[in-house]
Order: sequence, then structure tokens, then C-alpha cells
Amino acid sequence: MTIASVGTVKPASSGTATNIHGRSLGWLAVPALVFFIAFGVIPLIGVLLLSFTTWDGIGQVIPSGLTSWKATLSNPGLPHAMWVTFQVAVLSWLFQTPMSILLGVFLAGAQKYRAFLAVLYFIPLLLSSAAIAITFKALLDPNFGLGTGLGLPFLSQDWLGEPTLALGVVVFVVSWQYIPFHSLIYQGAVRQIPTSMYEAAQIDGAGRIRQFFSITLPQLKNTIITSSTLMVVGSLTFFDLIYVLTAGGPGDATRVLALDMYKTGFQANLMGQASAIGVILVLVGLGLALLFRRLGGGDKTSSQLEGA
Amino acid sequence: MSVPVVAALAACGSSGPSSSTASGTAGAAGGGASYWYLTGQPGEGIRKGAVDRFNAANPSSQIAQTAFQNDAYKTKIKTALGAGQAPTIIWGWGGGGLKSWVDASQVEDLTSWFGENADVKSKLFPSSFGAATVGGKIYAMPVETVQPIVLYYNKSVFEKVGVQPPTSWDDIMALVPKFNAAGIAPFSLGGQSRWTNMMWLEFLFDRIGGPEVFQAAFEGKKDAWSNPDAITALTKVQDLVKADGFIKGFSSITADSNADQALLYTGKAAMMLHGSWTYGSMKSDGGDFVKGGHLGWMNFPPVAGGKGDPSNTVGNPGQYLSISAKATDAEKEVAKKFFKTGVLDDTEVKAWIDSGSIPIVNGSDSKIAGSADAEFLKFIYGVASGAKTFAQSWDQALQPAAAETLLDNISKLFQLSITPEQFATNLNAVTNS
Repeated sequence: MTIASVGTVKPASSGTATNIHGRSLGWLAVPALVFFIAFGVIPLIGVLLLSFTTWDGIGQVIPSGLTSWKATLSNPGLPHAMWVTFQVAVLSWLFQTPMSILLGVFLAGAQKYRAFLAVLYFIPLLLSSAAIAITFKALLDPNFGLGTGLGLPFLSQDWLGEPTLALGVVVFVVSWQYIPFHSLIYQGAVRQIPTSMYEAAQIDGAGRIRQFFSITLPQLKNTIITSSTLMVVGSLTFFDLIYVLTAGGPGDATRVLALDMYKTGFQANLMGQASAIGVILVLVGLGLALLFRRLGGGDKTSSQLEGA
Repeated sequence: MSVPVVAALAACGSSGPSSSTASGTAGAAGGGASYWYLTGQPGEGIRKGAVDRFNAANPSSQIAQTAFQNDAYKTKIKTALGAGQAPTIIWGWGGGGLKSWVDASQVEDLTSWFGENADVKSKLFPSSFGAATVGGKIYAMPVETVQPIVLYYNKSVFEKVGVQPPTSWDDIMALVPKFNAAGIAPFSLGGQSRWTNMMWLEFLFDRIGGPEVFQAAFEGKKDAWSNPDAITALTKVQDLVKADGFIKGFSSITADSNADQALLYTGKAAMMLHGSWTYGSMKSDGGDFVKGGHLGWMNFPPVAGGKGDPSNTVGNPGQYLSISAKATDAEKEVAKKFFKTGVLDDTEVKAWIDSGSIPIVNGSDSKIAGSADAEFLKFIYGVASGAKTFAQSWDQALQPAAAETLLDNISKLFQLSITPEQFATNLNAVTNS
């Protein structure tokens, strides 16, 4: 959440925006800034301070220096949770990006039936994560689920009880939920590509596939970076869906960092250590967001629409 | 995670009455107290009934009530206590959780109150006070029912396969291949909930090594989990997992949804180790299963050569009500009045018996006779009153941080992703004092 806010505030607060009379419009950022400071920066400082304390969430907050950090960093659960988070981020990116681009390009067409399909594809985004998780959990139940209902034994796998399968299911359900959103971004981006480019390509004799790889994909470069940033940074904060679907199990096979933080803080009552994990999460998120900005090249505002 | 907000709430809590719900409730003239408890029938209705009767009888001292789902409540109450926003009356499980509240000075010491009200204390099962006592002082009033863990079985399935209920651990291991050959899972298990798996260890530890094995770990003795008897118990449970003793996919089944009970009453599984509270839900959800006499039950069978007394049991010796130390004196008075006159009145006692449970009131066995569930209730009363040791559930007895490590490692043990020795090492690290 905090990381997303950084992205939205940064351009406005850089203060270069001026109106035609030359007066600064920086004050327009004040409401956003107030919210960001109240709900982003201040809690963040609080978490940072808490990570240097020992607190069980009920009693006294006892400053304890680096005790919580030492306990957190020496816990073998931390590298494991980071590895799981990394797997979820990478796998869901690999799955979501091609699907979203293809769907987005498909939905960008003006045909009526595509508009109808777009509405259907959009439905998962309207459902709450908890509802999605409960539904999939019921469908994937090895004894009462889809396999038994339809009489198809191959669907009666131990979907959420087998570590590898459970991770796969988490990636699938996460993707199922977010592909509509990213398709929407790509749909908008594809519609912005000037038709003159395709017309010129057609005259030059390029087929549809050639057009996709030589025009559509390069023109989507910035959109891909935006969408990937949202996907990867967003995947660091996956909590609700995984919590309801697998609760981090079986064992700790799907225990991502956010879940590890929750369990440490609210189930084991170790708020200091949970805060340390929280700080690590923020740092990883910031690092990734910066990395993606770099990947996008120096000047993000430069247009890709040259020659239009 | 937001500290300043928590601090702000805490400030409100110490300066004014901590219960905002009570003052907002219509009819809460005079002192109003608040009370949080768990949802889920039949308990929710019985808890509500007791409060409603109390409120009707005492127009000047009202109790505002709010009910929460089990797992959500565990988090909610912790957060509320930390923020000084706890209700006047706090429902709990006693043991390690209660101790963490006591250590933070969040709950009232009720020792002297029980001294003044000896009749209240003598009304209740003495065994129920163990988990309410921290450092020799009583911090909670035991309420509701005694809930030992019971080995249930589906009689129809046993008849179909042509086998007899087990009388020893060897019987259990011999039954496993027979049920598997018949396409029926030997045991149902809601493994994702983790404490469900824990019940197996609780009994195996007790039957093999006696209650001393866990007691040593509980007291923080060095390397208590590496006791040879503990390793034997851990190995035996993994043997059962390896022999396909538990239903396929048990790691993804939750107990909260009662899916594990459904497996037993639909005949997909032959047996289930579960709390006595599941009798009531199997009765209401299982159609003809309980009423038609298809449900069988027994105490966990002995293990050959084991040191534990076969009469021993584990489970919840009671449920617990504490009073928030942050409540105003008026609120505390209402709470104490409720403890004295409202809790476990005759109507509530009867309601618990009708729901298939044994209230922790001495002599409640005399009221069993007329009940439709007399047979089961007699069994539970016998187990609860005849147990040489009635141990509290491990995750309730231990401190929260150790309990979390325990549950985590139990689920890995059942996944076969750690060995009994690794389990012992991991647990020693958190319970060694």
C-alpha cells in the first residue's frame, strides 16, 4: 500500500507542474500528501521504531535494541518466506503478463461480441479476495469438491495439501483475480496505438502476427513496465487470498512474507519481530519499484508515439 | 501495525470508560458492562440466553454483548486488549493465553472474590480451576462445559467392513489397511487447522510416556521434547500418516467448516479424533447419523507398553471469563453480579445438557437421565470425572509464541517434511527456559 502511494505522490510533489500563467500548481498535491503522511509515512516510522522493541501486543512496549532484528534475521523461516514470495511474484508475473497482453489486444477490437466478453472477463476483479478464496477452496476440496461433483477423478487432487500443487494453485487463483485488471490496462494502451502505423504496415505487407510483434508489443513497452511493477510489487502484499485459501500451508509451503509478518505479530504475539519483517517488506518493495523504473529507461514521460 | 493510532486508542481507553458499546445500548441506564464471546451454535444461543435473562432481571445493570467467529476472535481480543479497548467481560480458554493477559496486568485478580463467594466456587468442577490459575491466583471464572477429546467412529462403516472398534494402538494400525482396501479412509482429519493434528500427539504422548512428558516441556525443562517417549510418539504418528491412516488431502481440510465431521457422518471416513463439542454439530448436521445410533465413541485406546493411565484425557477443562482490569468499577460490579447470578443458572445448565454437553457444575450428571443424549453425556461425565489427569490442550496451555511454533511444526510433522528428531529440536528451542 505504502509503495503504491510513493508512485502516485512522487510526480506531483516534484513540483515541475506549472499552469499557463506560470504559477506553481504544487499545492494541488497537498490533500494527497496529507493522506500519504498520515497513513503511509507515520505508520511506517512507527513500525521502524517498533522493530527495535519487544512487545507482545498487549503489555508494555520495551525498547530492546537489536534483539528483534537478530531474532528475525536468524529465523530460518525468513529466507523461506522470501523464497516463497519470490516464487509467487515470478510465477504469477510469468503467467499473468502474456495472458493479459493477449486478452488486452483481443479486447481492444471494436466488435460487439468482444465488448460483451470484456464484461465477463472483468467479473473476477469485482469479487472480494476472501470470497474468491472460499469459493476455490470449496471447489478444490479433495473429497467434496469439483472432482467429486462432476465425477472426474483427475480433478480430485490434493490441491491445497501438496506443497508444490498448493503453490501452483495460489499462483493460479491470484492470476485469475488480477488478469482482468491488467487486461484492462493493456486494452487501453493498445487502443492508443495510432491506426496509421498498422495501415502503413499493411501496405508494406506485414501480416497480423508480424504486426503484433513489430508494432503492438514495442508500443506497449511502457505499459508492460507499469503493469509489471504493479504485479510484482503488489504480489509482495498478497495476504487475504492466501490466508483464507491455505493459511500459509501445508506446513509453510505458501507462507509468503506478508503472512509470515501477520503470524509472527498476531498469532505468536511477537510485534517487534513482525515489525522487522514489515520493514524488510517495505525495503524489498521500494527496491523493486526503483528497479522497474530503471528498466523503463531514464525519461518515463517520453512518448512512444513518434511518427504518428 | 499503525502505532500512533493504537497509542491514541489506548489514551482514550484509560481516560474514559473502555466500553463504547455499552453506553450506546438502549436501556443501559446505570452501570453497563460489555461482553464478547464466540459465535457458533449451540453455544452462541446459550451464551446469549444467559445475558438476556440477566439483563431482563437487572434493569439497572445491563450487559452489551457481541459475538465473534473463533479464529477472528483470537486476534481481535488480543488487539483490543493492547489498545485498552477490551470488553468488561472477556471470554477465553485459560492457560497460556490467560497468563499473557495476566503478565500484562490486563485482567482482574478474582482470588479474593472467590474467597468471599465460596458458594460460586464450590458449585464448579475443581478440575476446571487449574487453567484459570496463574501463579497461585485465580484470574478467571470457569464457565460452560467440559470438553474432552473423544475417538468417534461410524458404526455403519465398521459393520460394512466387518471389523470391531479398536482397543489398542496395534488395533488401530491393523484397521488402517482394512479400511483402505474397502475404499474408506480410516481417519478423518481437518489438518489445515493444525490443532486437530495436535490432538493425536496429545494422546500418544500421554499413552506412551504419561502426562509427565508434556508437563516437563510445559515447565521449560531442558530438552524435554527429546524424551525417548516423545520421539516414540512422534514416530508413531508419522507411521500412521505413512500408512495412509488419514483421509487423502487432510492438509487442506479445515475444522472451522466442519468438513472433517462431514467425512465421518457421510461414511467417507471410519473414525475421527475430535472434541466432545462435535457431537452437537454432528447431531444437527448429520441427518439421521446421531439419532439413528450410527455414531460410536470411546476414550483413546492404550498403547502397548505405555506408561500413561488409559483413563487420562485431554481437552478443554472448561471455558473462562475474565474481567478487564481497565474497566470502571461500575462495570466490574455488573460483571461480578453476572458471574454470581447469571452464569450457569439452572436454565443455562439445562440448555448445555440439551445440546449434548456436560456443564462444569457439580451434580450435573443427575440431570442427564431425561436427556435424549443420555448415553453420550454419561460417557463424557465419566471421562471428565474419572480421568486421573485431565490435561489442557497444548496450544492453550503454552504461551502464544511457543504455541505458534508448536502448531507450525506439527503441520510439518504430518506433512512428513521434518523428522521426529527435528521436531524435538525445533520445540526445545522455544520451550527451554
